[in-house]
Amino acid sequence: MKEEKDFYKLEKKIVLFKEEIEKIQSSEEKDKKTKITRLQREIEREWAEISPSLTPLNIVQMARHPQRPYTLDYIDYLSEDFMELHGDRRAADDPAIVAGFGFYRGRTAAFIGHQKGRTTRKRIERNFGQANPEGYRKALRVMKLAEKFHFPVITLIDTPGAYPGIQAEERGQAEAIACNLKEISQLKVPVVNVVIGEGGSGGALAIGVGDAILMLEYSFYSVISPEGCAAILWKDQRAVAKAAENLKIRAQDLMDLGIIDKIIPEPPGGAHIDSQQTFKNVDKELNLTLKRLERKTPEERLEERYRRFREIGVFIEK
Amino acid sequence: MANLWTRCNNCRHIIYKQDILENLSVCPACNFHFRLSALDRLRMLLDEGQYNLIDQNIFPVDPLGFEDSVKYSKRLEESKNRTSLADAVLNAEGTLGGIPVIISAMEFGFMGGSMGSIVGEKITRAAEKVLRERLSLIIVSCSGGARMQEGALSLMQLMKTSSAVAKLNEAGLPFISVLTDPTTGGVTASFAMLGDINIAEPNALIGFAGPRVIEQTIKEKLPKGFQSSEFLLRHGMLDDIVERKNLRPYLIRALRLLLNRPQ
Ligand SMILES: [Zn+2]
Repeated sequence: MKEEKDFYKLEKKIVLFKEEIEKIQSSEEKDKKTKITRLQREIEREWAEISPSLTPLNIVQMARHPQRPYTLDYIDYLSEDFMELHGDRRAADDPAIVAGFGFYRGRTAAFIGHQKGRTTRKRIERNFGQANPEGYRKALRVMKLAEKFHFPVITLIDTPGAYPGIQAEERGQAEAIACNLKEISQLKVPVVNVVIGEGGSGGALAIGVGDAILMLEYSFYSVISPEGCAAILWKDQRAVAKAAENLKIRAQDLMDLGIIDKIIPEPPGGAHIDSQQTFKNVDKELNLTLKRLERKTPEERLEERYRRFREIGVFIEK
Repeated sequence: MANLWTRCNNCRHIIYKQDILENLSVCPACNFHFRLSALDRLRMLLDEGQYNLIDQNIFPVDPLGFEDSVKYSKRLEESKNRTSLADAVLNAEGTLGGIPVIISAMEFGFMGGSMGSIVGEKITRAAEKVLRERLSLIIVSCSGGARMQEGALSLMQLMKTSSAVAKLNEAGLPFISVLTDPTTGGVTASFAMLGDINIAEPNALIGFAGPRVIEQTIKEKLPKGFQSSEFLLRHGMLDDIVERKNLRPYLIRALRLLLNRPQ
């Protein structure tokens, strides 16, 4: 697809600057710091030019960028002693979703997220982050464990969508998603969702709702992929850009619609240009959000969580 | 003359239209269940066909300014003119075998029964009324899924409606989900799969992903009967398949059992 490459063209200079920074960092040169600072300025300047005119489709491309940090990268930064737990205790373990416990800022937390692979082999192994019912059921099992031990749940959203396959349907893809929504609505512990990349439809929603939804600046959350929407409504794959625009899928759009709680800024160039800064930004908002939620009683949280979704929707009442 | 007769799309028999109508829109030759309008569904299910429509005071808008080949506002207008409904679901109160119920019946003729803000709100209001007045909830689904033209607002209706029906659990109030042809996407992945009892009409298409999407993904032809009611029953997703003529007695029996009301 031609459009898919738009963003790679835009970011060409930034990528070169970034490579230069990396070269200097690993070298024995003097003045490393001044040189790096100068290059970082260049990235900032370049980004100030590019970023205001990014299209919704560009943002989709950024959210899907192959160098973008994935769930396990965040977990690695945010938590200590992360222990991954496997399996749904029904049929299988789904590698498209990782779940487990780790220490986050002095307490145990459950971390659950969609996981994509970095290499071709890993991508296939992770099924491109498209979960089967077992993935959602594993996620729910770990959420219930978190509830048992009174730990907060942190979810990381990054999926093109739930996997559309024969076995997925046989084993109840729809039921698995529905069941997660129902159970999350009743879960007594805090649930914070961070959309880090693709928020693809029901497959994202199944672990993508809770007390607060945070979105990275260049992630998206959508009822259908722009490609799927273009195929159904325009019957034309060339309409992907139009579909992306019409669907209003950017973080700012969702903020305006009252669906999400916070936009987490990304460093100049996007999350993949400076992942460390991205992790720091996520950590900061996550910490604030969790602190706020932990001050409330479970009853207050459940009531507010219900109201939070109860109020989403736009219509006329006469 | 010609329009007194119709051809059944399933068995290809030419059938007298009146015979189909008198048979609850089921083909007398092959038992094919034709799609019912929401209003016909209410008439068919409730005692003496008596229903009282509720939540009729809310109307859809075009929150995103969505426009493909046709503006969303235009699509709404067209669907309204075609169906005489404000959106893709009707809420009604009535009784079933004397038991007071709220029924939400979805209308496929209105933009494929898709769920946007109005469908989400009405399903939620139905569940909340059931909770408040300690009634029983029946939802008859017939939907292609979430409504794309309302973007993420539609997606969030999955959570809104699932949260609302979840409240009936603790309150011990019955919710029976009836899935009819077709029930797919976001409706299946929310309230439609969350009934205390999930039943379907024969040979309905029920699933999460649409068959075409699956075929394109796996690059294989799908097996015959895939995502049919019978397929779902076999895989443990349904409690039973109930023919339309048995639907009313089935629901009454199920409600009496769940409400612990022996004759
Ligand atoms: Zn027939």
